[in-house]
Amino acid sequence: MAGCNSCEDVELQNRVKEKKENYCTFENSGKPTGLGAIKVVMAGQPNVGKSMLINALSGTNKGKVGNFSGVTVDSLEVCFEHHCHKFDLIDLPGTYSLEAFSQEEIVAKDFLLNEDYDVIINVVDSTNLERNLLLTTELLELNKKVVVALNMADEARSDGIDIDLAQFKKLLGVDAVIVSAKNKEGIDELLDTVHTVADNAREPNNLVYSDFLEEEIIKVEKFLSERGFSYKDLTNREVAIALLLKNEKVYKQIHENPIMVELFPLIQDALEHIYTHLETKDINEIKAIEHNGIARGVVLEVVNQKAQPKSLSLTQKIDSVLVHKLFGLPIFLLFMWLLFQATFEFGNLPMEYIDSAIGAFGDFIGGFISNDDIRSLVVDGIISGVGAVLLFLPNIIILYIGIALLETTGYMSRVAFLLDGFFHKFGLHGKSFIPLVTGFGCSVPAYMAARTLKSEKDRLITLFIIGFMSCGARLPIYVLFTGAFFSQSVAGNVLFLIYVSGAIFGLIMAKLLRVLVFRSKDEPFVMEMPKYRLPSFKLIWHTVYSNAKGYIKKAGTFILLASMFVWFASNYPKNSNLELTYQSKIEKTDSSEEKKSLALELKQKELEQSYLGQIGKATEPFFAPLGFDWRLSVALEAGLAAKEVVVSTLGVLYSIGEVDESSHSLKEIIAKELTLPVAVSFIVFVMLYLPCFAASMVFAKESGGFKYVVYLFVFTTTAAWVMSFIAYRVTLLL
Amino acid sequence: MELTKLSKGQKGVVKGLKASGALKQRLFSLGIVRGATIEVVDCSLSKATIEVKIGNTLVALRDSEAKDIEVEAQ
Ligand SMILES: Nc1nc2c(ncn2[C@@H]2O[C@H](COP(=O)(O)OP(=O)(O)OP(=O)(O)O)[C@@H](O)[C@H]2O)c(=O)[nH]1
Ligand SMILES: [Mg+2]
Repeated sequence: MAGCNSCEDVELQNRVKEKKENYCTFENSGKPTGLGAIKVVMAGQPNVGKSMLINALSGTNKGKVGNFSGVTVDSLEVCFEHHCHKFDLIDLPGTYSLEAFSQEEIVAKDFLLNEDYDVIINVVDSTNLERNLLLTTELLELNKKVVVALNMADEARSDGIDIDLAQFKKLLGVDAVIVSAKNKEGIDELLDTVHTVADNAREPNNLVYSDFLEEEIIKVEKFLSERGFSYKDLTNREVAIALLLKNEKVYKQIHENPIMVELFPLIQDALEHIYTHLETKDINEIKAIEHNGIARGVVLEVVNQKAQPKSLSLTQKIDSVLVHKLFGLPIFLLFMWLLFQATFEFGNLPMEYIDSAIGAFGDFIGGFISNDDIRSLVVDGIISGVGAVLLFLPNIIILYIGIALLETTGYMSRVAFLLDGFFHKFGLHGKSFIPLVTGFGCSVPAYMAARTLKSEKDRLITLFIIGFMSCGARLPIYVLFTGAFFSQSVAGNVLFLIYVSGAIFGLIMAKLLRVLVFRSKDEPFVMEMPKYRLPSFKLIWHTVYSNAKGYIKKAGTFILLASMFVWFASNYPKNSNLELTYQSKIEKTDSSEEKKSLALELKQKELEQSYLGQIGKATEPFFAPLGFDWRLSVALEAGLAAKEVVVSTLGVLYSIGEVDESSHSLKEIIAKELTLPVAVSFIVFVMLYLPCFAASMVFAKESGGFKYVVYLFVFTTTAAWVMSFIAYRVTLLL
Repeated sequence: MELTKLSKGQKGVVKGLKASGALKQRLFSLGIVRGATIEVVDCSLSKATIEVKIGNTLVALRDSEAKDIEVEAQ
């Protein structure tokens, strides 16, 4: 790899330009070829700022940032140019150690051990160096090129933690740069260092083990050198360390070498010494003790920390309230209640304006279209369908602000801690809270987030009940129906109740699954509690903005097409006979009352014999015991594609059904056409039935097969049907 | 004695781990090894879950895990 640190070299610049398409075709093909690019992988413990750093390095927002362990659960590749050189950067999930524990840590470990790359950037949290160095030592023992990024420099500074960088580099024999991903400090320097390291030969590290181990290392090393042994690019000292610490890869590759005959007794002897010295034969414990020793030694020499960091003391103070024995849970419930109250109250403020704006827009556009059919397609199909979805954008935004706050402040892990005891009784793991609460936003990332659960059965149970946590796309349906049937003052509470009952139902189902299907031993609960951090406005803004953008985009594409489809399917086939019969009937009567009701009857008849009407009629018997007419049935079926489609379909169906187009809002029509028991039953069905198509695909991938989707379909449909039936009958009695 | 015996605010030195396999490894990588100092920061009502501090790290544990950590009170 040629050095390319300045852009003044014209010839080099041209070469770079020529090669450009080869460098990194991430944007075009979706997969970087990486030719000529420096391939860099980010490794570090969870929640140290790897994803934030990758964003800062690449100037993008691709990495998801949050203040708890296990935000990133899959590898993410980002390509960019710096000083006319391509970098191919890979963000990995955090891992406490290379002895991986949960799914997402295995992703990181597999990548680090088995993939090809040029340099590892080991991101460490400067305010918690000692524990972070436990992974650093493991990474150094991989004998790859490593650059340490001492991240969170800003926090270290305000905490009064001072790190002697020169001494740090010297002690470990590794390149290191002080950075702050948050303040974009040291970013250029880090890239330059990575570049230089990539261009030069690997330097052996300086790890010094405890005396008795060093003695053995030197013995083995001497033996290897005397025999003129050499293995790949490793020094004999590195080979000796690998052998003594039982590095499987090295063993596998040299066990057929004749030198092993003499080497074996030597190593056996050395290991015996080590075992007696440390009073354990567990090689992992030996490594842990050694790595701890190194970490403690380094910290003692390079870190100047006068008192307990301020941020940590503050965290403990906040914790004494938020995870209080008695008040912890009530405080959490209060926060949730406030969130749903706000979602309804503030979300509904602009609703009237949006609603009338959409109505006016429809009338305005409709005025330009003379063809009846096309006007109906545009006004009743597209604008009603898309409009019905867009109407709820403010509610969605508030919900996402709430979730973003939970994710970025550090409160998330606290709630997992608070709920663990409670969840445990229902056969769930406290950590399940994280995927479950993510499910209130969208089921897709929620299914992925379940990877942080170590036990396969815990994970499967969690996957099965994530759908009961109503996702953001179901929110519009709830807001629509609660707004139509409950007074403004209690609607927020009803909304809260809907979410809580979904969650409680999920817990009960978890217990059932645990007892009947996924029996297993309890999985340990060990979880780091991150420091509380005040999220930057930018971070919240970015999360909310990208989700809102996604919602609007979906409304403008998928929902638009679906609305057109629903419009066609509900207008065709045309039946001219029917029209003629009614036309003559209408002409015969004089009373305008009767004319109106006949016209309405015609519309209804036409709808019923349309394709959609036929489908609805065919499936009506299945839904009839729940009180749903064919329209609601069709809307639910359409909702299998995406939950937003439920509202857009209702929007189209009811707007076609309207005779006098005196701009009734969908809410008013629904309040007029349906009864309270039907509405309750509908809400319950929506709450519990299968998540959307996209989510089901991700579910299949995460659970390990399509057969699980079939199980999920049967499971959720049965649950939804039974619970709706009960809800319907009970409300009828009231 | 077991870590669960420490009361809130008390510190102890880790003497050994009774855990095995993945859990033991996890405790190691959080810095819970022989000789480390550990402090009980908080515990839930029934002591079912406790929060401890090792160095600058706060960790939550269930009491079944905490029982596996042998400490000597300081
Ligand atoms: N003050 C400060 N906070 C930072 C810095 N870098 C990251 N953070 C915060 O640290 C937290 C974790 O950041 P992430 O980028 O999600 O960490 P990660 O290492 O990718 O975490 P996982 O994906 O869970 O392994 C977030 O709350 C960030 O805002 C920094 O340089 N300074
Ligand atoms: Mg990350």
